Amino acid sequence: MISAGMKPVSTKNPGRVAYVNARLLDPATGLDETGGLLTDGTKIADLGSHLFNDGLPEDAQVVDCAGLCLSPGLIDMRVQLREPGAEHKETIESASRAAAHGGITSMVALPNSEPVIDDVAILEFIARRAREAKLVKVYAYGTVTRGLKGRELTEFGLLTEFGAVGFTDGLTAVSDSQVMRRALSYSRTFNQVIIQHPEDPALAGGAMNEGEVATRLGLTGVPSAAEVIMVERDLRLVALTGGRYHVANVTTAAALDAIRKAKQSGLDVTCDTAPHYFTLNENSVGDYRSFAKVSPPLRGEEDRKAVEDALADGTIDVIASDHSPHDQDSKRLPFAIAEPGIVGLESLLPLSLQLYHNKQLSLLDVLSKLTSGPAGILGLNGGSLKAGAPADLTLFDLNKPWQIDPDSFQSKSKNSPFTDYPVQGMVRRCIVDGRCIYGPENTQQI
Amino acid sequence: MTDIRHTADDLGFAHRHLLGIDGLTAEQISFLLDLSDSYVALNRSDDKKTSLLRGRTVINLFFENSTRTRTSFELAGKRLGADVINMSVSSSSIKKGETLIDTAMTLNAMHPDVLIVRHPDSGAVKLLSEKVNGAVINGGDGSHEHPTQALLDALTIRRRRGSLQGLRVAICGDILHSRVARSNIQLLGIMGAHVRVIAPPTLLPNNIERLGVEAFFDMREGLKDCDIVMMLRLQTERMQGSFVPSIREYFRFFGLDREKLQAAKPDALIMHPGPMNRGVEIDSELADDIDRSLIRDQVEMGVAVRMACLDALTRTLRSNSAKRAATQVGGPA
Repeated sequence: MISAGMKPVSTKNPGRVAYVNARLLDPATGLDETGGLLTDGTKIADLGSHLFNDGLPEDAQVVDCAGLCLSPGLIDMRVQLREPGAEHKETIESASRAAAHGGITSMVALPNSEPVIDDVAILEFIARRAREAKLVKVYAYGTVTRGLKGRELTEFGLLTEFGAVGFTDGLTAVSDSQVMRRALSYSRTFNQVIIQHPEDPALAGGAMNEGEVATRLGLTGVPSAAEVIMVERDLRLVALTGGRYHVANVTTAAALDAIRKAKQSGLDVTCDTAPHYFTLNENSVGDYRSFAKVSPPLRGEEDRKAVEDALADGTIDVIASDHSPHDQDSKRLPFAIAEPGIVGLESLLPLSLQLYHNKQLSLLDVLSKLTSGPAGILGLNGGSLKAGAPADLTLFDLNKPWQIDPDSFQSKSKNSPFTDYPVQGMVRRCIVDGRCIYGPENTQQI
Repeated sequence: MTDIRHTADDLGFAHRHLLGIDGLTAEQISFLLDLSDSYVALNRSDDKKTSLLRGRTVINLFFENSTRTRTSFELAGKRLGADVINMSVSSSSIKKGETLIDTAMTLNAMHPDVLIVRHPDSGAVKLLSEKVNGAVINGGDGSHEHPTQALLDALTIRRRRGSLQGLRVAICGDILHSRVARSNIQLLGIMGAHVRVIAPPTLLPNNIERLGVEAFFDMREGLKDCDIVMMLRLQTERMQGSFVPSIREYFRFFGLDREKLQAAKPDALIMHPGPMNRGVEIDSELADDIDRSLIRDQVEMGVAVRMACLDALTRTLRSNSAKRAATQVGGPA
């Protein structure tokens, strides 16, 4: 293994920290109980309801969690860092700070930077910048094809050795069936997952969801069929090749049905969606609000409900922020030519917790889609609370009501349609490798 | 002049053509290998020429570039005393189908006794063999068969290891495009060896397991406990689009080097049908290691095997003309 290891290097050993009076939540084991957790250096040493019954270890710092929720650190498997190439929109450092504020301890960079991540040198660059930022863990995907051109495969093996955790062409679909077949086939050599942007590019040229709103606004539409056509083709190729396949940003009932059936038939298929696909629908485009322009587009109400249902029945494995920072100049444009995307790192947890507060999913089910779900798909070490696991933790107040204010985001870009959106649930601390990277300085204070 | 003669009744080989390993029995393969052994001895002697095929015409008809196979067949024919003509037809200048048959008919009119044919399209040699009167030896057709290569590989192994029975043989690399792999899989299977194929999934044809082999994507796993490691050439000329992303990645994961070879048995032997891409599928130093590499032996065995094939396929012809000659000399009283 040549891997440079994409972890922030802690400057000093964080020692032992005892988290007491916490509501311990671990979707990997189904744990939900009040108790304590002890970290030692970069690892979780022990946890449980009776852990500190015999008193606290003398040398440990103590954090009184006052009944707040302590879960494995969130893992966001879709983040556009914009560095290298568009540092005026976001940098690895600003995205890391935003992630820390969002309770995210690991994020995975999409490879559509400039230059794109199709070579080990770019992976090394990102690893180095993440080490310098010393905040959250930054992983990255390699592109499926060189230069995102959709023709020649990249060096999956060498990129894997240098730390790539999967392969995707980002917001570009791998549209050539032969290339997709070879990608799914070749990736088996290294047991890697191929992540697809689910849109048939020939059908997906429009500005928003095809439907009544688009018709009224006079905007070109992307039919929901564009998604299911790509997904169904790919599922055939998965059956042919035996590859591992993950669909990003699923937004339609039809595609979810296809994925549900594929899972039932035993194919190695997973998928994710983003909070805006279950909290918003095409009406949010309203009066040409370019902040509500995303790819795939916000769909109609039926599809939005289908995404909720698929989260509840387990068809959707992961919720990812799909963090897509854009500066004002990219968004303050006529709707059709504005860039698609929403900044999402700092609203991922509260928006996801809506599913719990609206009684659609259990708390552990919501958390599994933010922790053990992505960790399992990408083979990341983390996403669960157990002795010996990395001490990556998120402490949050489940019930705290607040309103999202993009202007207060740590992210360099503020392109969020969730201004003043009421949510419940606030991150209090973010701990990476035993080190608190976000939260009050005083350990006794929450 | 050394003379290796077999009695006319001892025909030994019941095929008119040698189009592939498919269809041969273990006995027939052993017969050809035994016969080849005797030609190895001949080739190592001072006087290499026999008159066995004197007066016979052998045409090397190559629709695809080749140096070593063509030379090997040419030498085999000449050592047996035949008149050997080389005909190279650039594959780009001919159209398939009718033109191939036209070529066959033209040559047939010249009464060759043996045609050795190489063609870039699978099945083309069989098509041609249906139109000619002489014997046809497949010198390699597309990604289908290359029977003399499999025979020479088998001879090389048998002479080192005594038998093919029970040996574990790994065939590594571009299985998808390889006629050598297909012929070897057949032959080794018939002779009782255990065959594994090791390649990235993009270079493994579908359902390869149905040919009786085990498939691996990982060199170390696949080479474990193998007696023989056969490397194949990465056939970039047959590839359209990217089957593997780069040469450096291919060599790193599928190229044979000392480190990967350690997974095989300590005395495992290395083979390669040539021409080698050093640093692509095989480490240069390893290819030249006389303790491990059989690559030069393979070339030597090639001539002997091809002599044996020419001998075996012309026996009926020779026995008929011998009978005719006997009738004329003795004559009716």
